[in-house]
Amino acid sequence: MKKALIAAIALIALYGCSSEPTKDEGKAGVEERAPTTPQQQPSTSTRPVQPPQLQVNPLKDPANILSKRSVFFDYDSDVIKDEFRPLVQAHGKYLAEHPAAKMLVQGNCDERGSREYNIALGQRRADAVKRMLALMGAREAQIESVSLGEEKPRCTETTESCYAQNRRDDMLYNGEY
Amino acid sequence: MRRAIQHILVACLLMTAGAAWAQLTIEITGGGANQIPIAVMQFAGENLLPAGITDIVEADLQRSGRFRTQYAGGIEPIPTEPSQVNFGEWKNRNADALVIGAVQRLPDGRFEVRFRLLDVPKQSQLAGVAFTLTGAQVRATAHRIADVIYEKLTGERGVFSTRIAYVVKQGGRYELRIADADGQGAQVALASREPIISPAWSPDGTRLAYVSFESKKPVVYVHSLTTGRRHVVANFKGSNSAPAWSPDGKELAVTLSREGGSQIYLINADGSNVRRITSSTAIDTEPYFSRDGQFIYFTSDRGGSPQIYRMSAGGGDAVRLTFEGAYNVSPRVSPDGKTMAFVARHQGRFQVAVMDLASRQTQILTDTQRDESPSFAPNGSMILYATVTGSRGVLAAVSSDGRVKQRLTVQAADVREPAWGPFLGN
Repeated sequence: MKKALIAAIALIALYGCSSEPTKDEGKAGVEERAPTTPQQQPSTSTRPVQPPQLQVNPLKDPANILSKRSVFFDYDSDVIKDEFRPLVQAHGKYLAEHPAAKMLVQGNCDERGSREYNIALGQRRADAVKRMLALMGAREAQIESVSLGEEKPRCTETTESCYAQNRRDDMLYNGEY
Repeated sequence: MRRAIQHILVACLLMTAGAAWAQLTIEITGGGANQIPIAVMQFAGENLLPAGITDIVEADLQRSGRFRTQYAGGIEPIPTEPSQVNFGEWKNRNADALVIGAVQRLPDGRFEVRFRLLDVPKQSQLAGVAFTLTGAQVRATAHRIADVIYEKLTGERGVFSTRIAYVVKQGGRYELRIADADGQGAQVALASREPIISPAWSPDGTRLAYVSFESKKPVVYVHSLTTGRRHVVANFKGSNSAPAWSPDGKELAVTLSREGGSQIYLINADGSNVRRITSSTAIDTEPYFSRDGQFIYFTSDRGGSPQIYRMSAGGGDAVRLTFEGAYNVSPRVSPDGKTMAFVARHQGRFQVAVMDLASRQTQILTDTQRDESPSFAPNGSMILYATVTGSRGVLAAVSSDGRVKQRLTVQAADVREPAWGPFLGN
């Protein structure tokens, strides 16, 4: 660990404090970094220090689509809208490429109607995402789709914009739930 | 059975020792027609008891909507025998029924309460019962007295001694509570940081099945109220929810998504012998057994919108029961098997409705907007349900003819998911 830390410090010294996270997932493994001069940087800057042998976790990297985990639905619908297809497909691809990864898909509903019927509606939404993940090569055993119904709203006002935030699937990897 | 009840009380007291729980407050928002005028006199020697007993009897009768309680004060000395009653006076006060009684302290520190229910026009006794009780059993005894009076005068069994289960959400804390039917004496059976829904009483009133989200997904538990212990009944891959007891208490109908989609299964109360009884590509959920165990009522969207269906308890073809409107859910059958309560969406409002199962005629009972989870009292007289007033979850009750309405609230908390328990001793 100490060795890793020294290596990390050495790396920081080499590149300054400003190594940019990889943005282009299409060129996985290739990092393009423009050499920077210290004057161009803000006078102070903090970053989490990663041991150099680890890549930035793509699931946690804000610049990576995989860091996004929510799919939103229309009222009374379990259709995955076009805008969320690339996101679900990226996770499906990740699961296919990482057989050890496991995912919990939690379906959610807005608060209108029966709690138990909403469990079933949320399940249908979670199953829809699970099916698309499987189409990308994720294995059945990697994914569990469950429903939280209307029980875990992200927003608690009785407005349509709030309801829209609650009609949602969340994709969680093992260790995140 | 009585011993079992004492054990429940002890277990509950142990679970909540030292805590003062906010009680449900009941407000009567509508009255019934043809109320029986009744006067409940203070019992002779009532002040020997640690708490008043006739006030509770009177409040029980009043709350049922079936009685109009008349002024019963200003008479000295308090009569304890029918021969001491001036029936003319009670006729003048427009009381058709009169309750008198006496309290005595017994040598062992317990108390004896004797009461009599008198018919004023006939000047005769309708009922007379004596109870031996400890100081801690005043409320329970009052409910028993109210039950005797209610049954004698209405012809149906009283529910004042029964209990209700409900869930209180306060901040991020969820509590499954058990209280007397009047909302008093609440005890916490389970507290959790994750939601608890769908409590269902076993037919003998000793266990509750419910859905808990404590493992980040819905899982069905059965919880013994006598021991406070519980066990997982259904924790399959996917969601596990909507438990409903078979009338013999041996098995549960549940909704599982383990084979994809939400489908209804039967499972033994210990979690063994799971078998699927619906096989649709639609949602099938919210099972509820008919009282004879022959049928299961459930909600399905197989016809394009959520509607209520009935099938044989072993599965097979289902008959659709609801046709009005595009959202009819949460079926519950009355104890006599003749009526079904459910929630209907009508002009954007979710309301408790009843269907006469013979004529299939439906009637909306409530004037609230966001009703959920209807639950019949074990005598079928009232339907307890959850609704929202302001932005707060409250419990409400409505008589099965829609005339009597009550609201039950807990200060500064959301109350939801009510379930009315069975008669004790069944």
